[in-house]
Amino acid sequence: MGSPPSLVARPGSGRIELTAEGSWTVANARNLDGLIDETVRTTPPDQPIAVNMHGITSLDTYGAWLIERLIRAREALPGRATLYGLPERYHSLYEQVQRSERKPASPPKHAFSIPAKIEWLGRATAGIGRELTAFAAMLGALVVSLGRVIANPRSFRLTSTLHHLDRVGWQAVPIMVLITFLIGCIIAQQGFFHFRKFGADAYVVDMVGILILREIGVLIVAIMMAGRSGSAYTAELGSMKMREEIDALRTMGRDPMDVLILPRVVALVIALPILTFLGSMAALYGGGVVAWLYGGMSPDIYIERLREAVSLTHFEVGMIKAPFMALVIGVVACAQGLAVKGSAESLGRETTASVVKSIFLVIVLDGLFAVFFASVDM
Amino acid sequence: MTGDNVIEVRDLVVALGNRTILDGVTFQVRRGEVFGFVGGSGSGKSVLLRTIIGLLPRRSGSIEVLGTRLDTATDAERRQIERRWGILFQQGALFSSLTALQNVQFPMVEYLDLPQRLMDEMAATKLEMVGLRKADHHKLPSELSGGMTKRVALARALALDPELVFLDEPTSGLDPIAAGDFDALIRTLQRTLGLTVFMITHDLESLKTICDRVGALADGRVVATGSIDTMLQSEHPWVREYFRGRRATALFSRPDHGTAGSPRSEA
Repeated sequence: MGSPPSLVARPGSGRIELTAEGSWTVANARNLDGLIDETVRTTPPDQPIAVNMHGITSLDTYGAWLIERLIRAREALPGRATLYGLPERYHSLYEQVQRSERKPASPPKHAFSIPAKIEWLGRATAGIGRELTAFAAMLGALVVSLGRVIANPRSFRLTSTLHHLDRVGWQAVPIMVLITFLIGCIIAQQGFFHFRKFGADAYVVDMVGILILREIGVLIVAIMMAGRSGSAYTAELGSMKMREEIDALRTMGRDPMDVLILPRVVALVIALPILTFLGSMAALYGGGVVAWLYGGMSPDIYIERLREAVSLTHFEVGMIKAPFMALVIGVVACAQGLAVKGSAESLGRETTASVVKSIFLVIVLDGLFAVFFASVDM
Repeated sequence: MTGDNVIEVRDLVVALGNRTILDGVTFQVRRGEVFGFVGGSGSGKSVLLRTIIGLLPRRSGSIEVLGTRLDTATDAERRQIERRWGILFQQGALFSSLTALQNVQFPMVEYLDLPQRLMDEMAATKLEMVGLRKADHHKLPSELSGGMTKRVALARALALDPELVFLDEPTSGLDPIAAGDFDALIRTLQRTLGLTVFMITHDLESLKTICDRVGALADGRVVATGSIDTMLQSEHPWVREYFRGRRATALFSRPDHGTAGSPRSEA
């Protein structure tokens, strides 16, 4: 750290004599900053200053810059500041610092202003439009890619598709089954707890069956899928984009759509209905277990009631929705992945956006389907 | 400070898993010199650097940097030393969410309690010292070219006016002109700021023009240290191949051979 720096003023003949001493280095930069500012403030502007640097024990860029700041502050004044006695070994350092620009580049302004806010609002609105376009473009590109594959089935990437099917389908089975089983248990338990007050125990099975087959099964599985696999797709494609792998693919005459995105989306579209089916069965099983242990309803009666309560239509409604939800999740995840720019922060932002958007769209889609099925009497 | 050695490594053994990478490495770096370190790909140069700066654990041996035994130092002592060195990583390792200027300010914010104005001025000065144009000060790392990224990373390594800088392949990935400029820059800054430089490199040109001494790593040991001339006379097979191979011969047999220590072009 060295000895503390000092700058002592002595009025001389017609000029102020300043003597610098001590260690003018980064460790003392805070003191020096105050010292220099005070000197600039307190010395009369019309008196020339001469700074004697002979007594300093060490100097680095911080010290050199602060001295330079004093010199520059006096430049426009009648009483200029000059330097002398700087030890030889620091000459080149001081010259280097002297060369630095007078004015630092001004950062882009972020001041609060009404027009800026309005501009932000406009840009955000246009951004939504751009995102919708990106979604539509991705969907379109996917259809084109699918068309190419149908025209020439040998170009389909079967290995890649199976690999992704394993990851998003097979490996997801345990967690999906566990979660839907628990959801089934909870719905049944709540049903028995509240329906018992009205003596409507028997209708719990109707509620469990219809709710799970039509809505809960597919929704829970789709939301889990968006969180589990959609985010993985976005992160994978995003980091490939960052490392220029996608550009490399393009230059080798391979469309990333065919190689990376179609197999992923196809895997998702195949996996989600299967998982929905497994999930719904697990949830019904969970409902049955609770009905038996908590509701005192024997498994035989539960199955009998279920057979009366649900029809194939309920099951179809749930299953029809599944591939569309998978498509939405896949397209959003891939579009966000390709939107990643250079930084790690952008990768995180796009992954978050991917999950949030796909869950939002899955729920919107579910609502639209509800309207649709109501109007076709399903 | 003890003696003139800034880095003193003795009998260092480092293993990753059960593979011994460094097996008894011993060398010294003297104050105020540019020490170049060479070794084949995968010979453990980067492992050595990462062990010295504390990113990898050692198995045995001692590491002394700036007069402090790092292997036995407390966290507080270690932080004191870390303030006095700067590191330029191979890929720059700039924080991608911060601008060039903010990257240089980062160590200042972390280690020093300075007014924002001074930090702005200092960061701008450092960036100018490494030759980054003013227009690029507020760019994000993803908007900078490879050469500029290295320059910003160097400015960040120099942010706290360290006594010692570690450079991991500073000229890799740069074109010969940019590499030459970067060598000259390192040399200029080393002289101006009185730095000690520990540099890992593959670049024969850098070794020849800016390194005062060179160490060669092969088979997990330092097999030769000394000036380029010493290297040229070494009889170790790897060193002989490295310094007297086809590429090296073309370079070292030029008439200007022996000017080790002067920048290849004046910046």
